[in-house]
Amino acid sequence: MTAFILRRLAQSVLVLFVTSILVFGGLYLVGDPIEILVHPEADQIEKDRARVALGLDKPVVEQYVTFLKGAVTGNLGKSFVYARPALDVIFERMPATMELAVLAMLISVLLGIPLGLYAGLRPNSFISRGIMTGSIVGFSLPTFWVGLLLILLFAVTLGWLPSTGRGPTQDIFGLQLSIFSLEGLKYALLPALNLALLKLALIIRLTRAQTREQSLLDYIKFARAKGLKTSRVIGVHLLKNILIPLVTVIGLELGSVIAYAIVTETIFAWPGMGKLVIDSIFQLDRPIVVAYLLVVVCMYIIINLVVDILYSLLDPRVRISEQHG
Amino acid sequence: MTTLKSHKFGFSPLRRAVLSLALTGSLALAGWSTPSMAQVKELSVALSTPVTTVDPHFHNLTPNNAMAAHVFETLVKADASLKTYPGLAESWKAISDTEWEFKLRKNVKWHNGEPFTAEDVAATIKRIPNVPNSPASFAVFVRAIKEVKIVDPHTIRFTTATTYPLLPTDMVSVAIVPKAIAEGAKTEDFNSGKAMIGTGPFRFQEYVSGDRIILTRNKDYYGDQQSWDKVTFRIITSAPARVAALLSGDVQMIEGVPTADAAKLKKDNRVVVSNAVSNRMIYLHMDSDREKNSPFVTTPDGKPLEANPLRDARVRRALSKMIDRNAIVSRVMEGQAIAAGQLLDESFFGTSKKLKPDAYDPAGAKKLLAEAGYPNGFGLTLHSPNNRYINDGQTAQAVAQFLSRNGIPTKVDTMPSNIFFTRASKMEFSFILAGWGASSGDTSSPLRALLATHNPKAGLGAANRGRFSSPELDALIAKAVVIIDDKQRDAALALASEKAIELMGLIPLHYEVSTWATRKGIQYTGRADQYTLAQDAKLAK
Repeated sequence: MTAFILRRLAQSVLVLFVTSILVFGGLYLVGDPIEILVHPEADQIEKDRARVALGLDKPVVEQYVTFLKGAVTGNLGKSFVYARPALDVIFERMPATMELAVLAMLISVLLGIPLGLYAGLRPNSFISRGIMTGSIVGFSLPTFWVGLLLILLFAVTLGWLPSTGRGPTQDIFGLQLSIFSLEGLKYALLPALNLALLKLALIIRLTRAQTREQSLLDYIKFARAKGLKTSRVIGVHLLKNILIPLVTVIGLELGSVIAYAIVTETIFAWPGMGKLVIDSIFQLDRPIVVAYLLVVVCMYIIINLVVDILYSLLDPRVRISEQHG
Repeated sequence: MTTLKSHKFGFSPLRRAVLSLALTGSLALAGWSTPSMAQVKELSVALSTPVTTVDPHFHNLTPNNAMAAHVFETLVKADASLKTYPGLAESWKAISDTEWEFKLRKNVKWHNGEPFTAEDVAATIKRIPNVPNSPASFAVFVRAIKEVKIVDPHTIRFTTATTYPLLPTDMVSVAIVPKAIAEGAKTEDFNSGKAMIGTGPFRFQEYVSGDRIILTRNKDYYGDQQSWDKVTFRIITSAPARVAALLSGDVQMIEGVPTADAAKLKKDNRVVVSNAVSNRMIYLHMDSDREKNSPFVTTPDGKPLEANPLRDARVRRALSKMIDRNAIVSRVMEGQAIAAGQLLDESFFGTSKKLKPDAYDPAGAKKLLAEAGYPNGFGLTLHSPNNRYINDGQTAQAVAQFLSRNGIPTKVDTMPSNIFFTRASKMEFSFILAGWGASSGDTSSPLRALLATHNPKAGLGAANRGRFSSPELDALIAKAVVIIDDKQRDAALALASEKAIELMGLIPLHYEVSTWATRKGIQYTGRADQYTLAQDAKLAK
């Protein structure tokens, strides 16, 4: 197990290195930050001053080496726009994104698995068909449109929930979180729902397919034949087996919800990382974009690792061994 | 009322149902929020672009400058149409060709109770060019000052190297901070609120990057009290979400109303829409420099063209005559623009009363082209940003269609502004659409930056991406910008503007009109510099 984790970490460093080169080079090719950052009315003297102040007067290779030297010590550079360490700016925004992502995943798991189970156990019932049709809708409607519609319905028309923004935050274990108060939850509900919709559809479909497949297998028949209660057959035998692929998907989806909640955050004016990175790309704030993508890669690496470990706990047949690692 | 009628007959039954639901919903909401408004006068404003810092000297950016104008003040202020008037300085005058004297207002107190003096001004001037890591500094506004002399606590004198009539105008952009803060505070101290001590009508309460800024009333303000006890600015970059926040009553005021929604909001009796012509002109710049092989100029059927027809003023004028500006204003901009015939709208300083927008005149254009030796036209590609100005991509499409229809087959290539400006500044294009906002509200800004011969050392032609050059115009500009007397400078700048348009150094298309919307009961006076200021929002009586 330890060897497996160590090897994973070594691979991760390589991935991080390649990512940093790609993003750094890519953004360098996109455009000149000075053209965007300086006031349009600035003259050449001011442009040159800004170029020197931001270290952009040096050749790109030298800029990258400087960045790399800093990165080794955990310093990913200072944001051009905020003049603060890029990681600080990102971590300041992270709790907002995290709480939204967790809430969204909770909604989709807590609704998705029961609905999927039901649809899988009674595939021909009227309700199951309704669930499946609904999941197609969840899949096919674009997020930004659903988001606007949610605002229109619940905020503008009904006036039940606030239209945009994040509620008041509380200090919880040093993190500024908003979803632990009723007022904060009110603000988070619509964006979380918006974010959850696609994942919900995915989980319903996956659960249903797994349920249908597994419920025909011999161990289920055997359990029934033994005279076990239906609730135990479903709740223990079936559920445990369908959870294995689900955990992988949920893990990866959690990653994507955290990293790419950009559309939802923009529409709901949710001050998270996604909104930060979009603003930063438009402003060519390279340190933020590079740091953000590195953070995202790290996150995926961790999530994958956790998923692999969970796997072995759920399924005794899966052993994390040297050979397979 | 006609507006109600159009609701009744203009929409499908479903839309009507949604609308009536929306109305009842909002009434319930209004009834619920009114009592709290009566006790504490609160205002929530949705801004369209993030405020990147509250340090007034770190990043010269419209939303930052607008935010600073609530808490900090400047020696000279600019009104809604950018005419200067006394701020922290009571009066100012040029005492010689290179010396300006400012008399400061007495009895002004900082938010911490300390008195405001000339020492604070001197320290501020010193801080401005020395803010570390500033991506866009305010140094340009104090660069002309070579020496600062404090005559007495309420009189300060600036010496400039050359005659510099724009000094009072530049002072509009210099937010004065207390001496102790100018000398000791870092940008982080402003963001945390520690250094947010100004003289303005609002006190600073909180700044959450990318989310909100909260201000409260400064009860000890020396001027007229503004209407609000507490103002919350929220950053809502998505335009439809901003409109939704206004309609749901979450905010009482929004900026940057999208053109598509402005007409609808005007008919909505819960909302008041206000407009102001901005200091931004949208224009076309042509490669009038390269003698041959301009990269995106071709023959009409797309083959390389050696000669560069854009160097000929007659050709440039012909292009201008091929564009129906009124159609662009009414269709593409949905009325949120004014057709342009010069560098700034007539209401601004240094503009000419003689210049009117070129009328749509395909026959006249054809004649000019033939005279210039291009009776069969030529091919062009128009490059444009697609996320920088109001409906910029669509405007470029419309322009290209007008040109194509009139014998100049034109392709369009739009791209995000971060790519566009880098490439345009490297002269990779032949024909571009761009915009220019003159923050000082006078034509010297576009004349010097867009039309003067490109000369980085002299700070001229910094954004002259067509490399237009006319010694005659250069001389007119150079003469105009050193005239101290306002009236004479106004006339000289108007003359230079006329010359620039005569030579068609660029083709003006339209002036953007900025749009705000407020809940009924709040009156807003829009500004030409596109700042959104809470002190300009008043409770209607």
